[in-house]
Amino acid sequence: MASETFAERATEIANEASELAKEVASLAVEASRLSAEAAGQSGDSTLVVGLTVFVLAVFVGYHVVWRVTPALHSPLMAVTNAISSVIIVGALIAAGPAGFGFSEVMGFLAVILASVNIFGGFIVTQRMLSMFKKKK
Amino acid sequence: MNADLAALLYLVASICFILALRGLSHPTTSRAGNLYGMAGMAIAILTTLATPGVVSYSLIIVGMLIGGAIGTVIALKIKMTALPQLVAAFHSLVGLAAVFVAAAAFFRPEAYGLGVPGDIKVASLIEMSLGVAIGAITFTGSVVAFAKLQGLVTGKPLVFPMQHPLNAALGILLVVLIVLLCLDQSGLVFWLIVLVALALGLLLILPIGGADMPVVVSMLNSYSGWAACGIGFTLQNNLLIITGALVGSSGAILSYIMCKGMNRSIFNVILGGFGGETAGPAAGADMGDKTVKSGAAADAAFLMKNASKVIIVPGYGMAVAQAQHALREMADILKKEGVDVRYAIHPVAGRMPGHMNVLLAEANVPYDEVFEMDEINRDFAATDVAFVIGANDITNPAAKTDPASPIYGMPILDVDKSGTVLFIKRSMASGYAGVQNELFFRDNTMMLFDDAKKMCEHIVKALEQD
Repeated sequence: MASETFAERATEIANEASELAKEVASLAVEASRLSAEAAGQSGDSTLVVGLTVFVLAVFVGYHVVWRVTPALHSPLMAVTNAISSVIIVGALIAAGPAGFGFSEVMGFLAVILASVNIFGGFIVTQRMLSMFKKKK
Repeated sequence: MNADLAALLYLVASICFILALRGLSHPTTSRAGNLYGMAGMAIAILTTLATPGVVSYSLIIVGMLIGGAIGTVIALKIKMTALPQLVAAFHSLVGLAAVFVAAAAFFRPEAYGLGVPGDIKVASLIEMSLGVAIGAITFTGSVVAFAKLQGLVTGKPLVFPMQHPLNAALGILLVVLIVLLCLDQSGLVFWLIVLVALALGLLLILPIGGADMPVVVSMLNSYSGWAACGIGFTLQNNLLIITGALVGSSGAILSYIMCKGMNRSIFNVILGGFGGETAGPAAGADMGDKTVKSGAAADAAFLMKNASKVIIVPGYGMAVAQAQHALREMADILKKEGVDVRYAIHPVAGRMPGHMNVLLAEANVPYDEVFEMDEINRDFAATDVAFVIGANDITNPAAKTDPASPIYGMPILDVDKSGTVLFIKRSMASGYAGVQNELFFRDNTMMLFDDAKKMCEHIVKALEQD
């Protein structure tokens, strides 16, 4: 008997929990809707966030690049060239949707170009860096 | 994958890229840095593939296989002397990819959450058009730089009348078109922007001479970063913005360093026309009756063998002649004879930043024997022999003494302070700046007229004989 009542109470608790979960989920939906609205109202807040990130990244880049030893300026160019192909992210999104249209073709071409760069850039950098050796 | 998780992974990728650049502060950490770069790229790609909008993988995989195979083959086969043109060619691909991505975003904005065709937010349109314009300029500009470095187009500056007004007009037209695009969002205007930017890239780089290519290549490096930034703003993707900013500032700093190495402003370089036939009003005129002392390989071998300190100054001529291996062989023999051999690198030697360092490294010269100009310039006074191989303008004392010279004010390597200067040159022709080098006519200078590689081989033979 005791086990049955225990089971009943367990299911009750489970039900309550699922109700609560539903409420939480609906709250989350509401919150995201509100925040989306807020973002929509504040207009270009994404632009401002982007600008913030951009300016800070320029500072990071400035300080990191000045510390690069002049002897490695060629590998620096090769590797920055490789990582600027991160533009492939945009290409993947363009080539990704089902179906085949103009933007998929553009995306496909961009994926090819960026891949040439990613593989070529990193490999040639590795080749260069592997040549820099200390005195034996 | 949920958007927050994707954003976090993009952040991780950005940090990997920062570490990749950070690693380049020293050769020992650089290889680990490159691995960080690869890891960052892998994270970025996998994260994007896992986003809900990307569902059809076949096209993507085919594209990556084609591109990856081409890139791998090129990177493994390329000769180190051809690096500058390779980097220029790679920049052009980034530029073109930016154009394609922007086109995809313009004609299918819903895939990126930018609205529907014909009703895209103005901010997005501006970002998009900036990205596409910079991308297109990078593309044609890099193609021209590639053609010049590869020797497909003459390295001489191609100057034509009305060049600056024409470029300015194209620049203004570009701005007008971007405004038009924001107003009516027509596809025609979008393609016009692409066309005008392509033309601008072509015309901007054509008038710039071959030896200014280090600046141009770094500048295009910078542009390819800004193009990625523009696309990043359009797609509201922080990874693209951060990476673009890193690459952009890196290229800008390199351009600055190169310009400083020539004591010229970036505008002077970009406006072009430097070097070639017309430059150097004071060139050569008063040198006609002076004589040069020329020597043979055996003389050079004798001089260096009996020296206690030798500094080697390589320039673009070494790269052209592929003389780095023969040069290292020569240095090895001298070192065995107890001579102290070091290398001095001028910031603008060669056709891209750090070009000489890579070539010497390729020839197995240890990097701790190779010194930057500021580190070694004082030591020339205590050096017996300065061995200049394929360099000219960067050793010309006129840069210090003759205010009328086009290279006046450019920092030089003080080879004239050393006991004897050996110049390997093919002929008496002046260097890129079109200026005669008075050093050739000094008593303590000996000219070695030959191909740089052959001369090094002859010297090696002469050294081995006795």
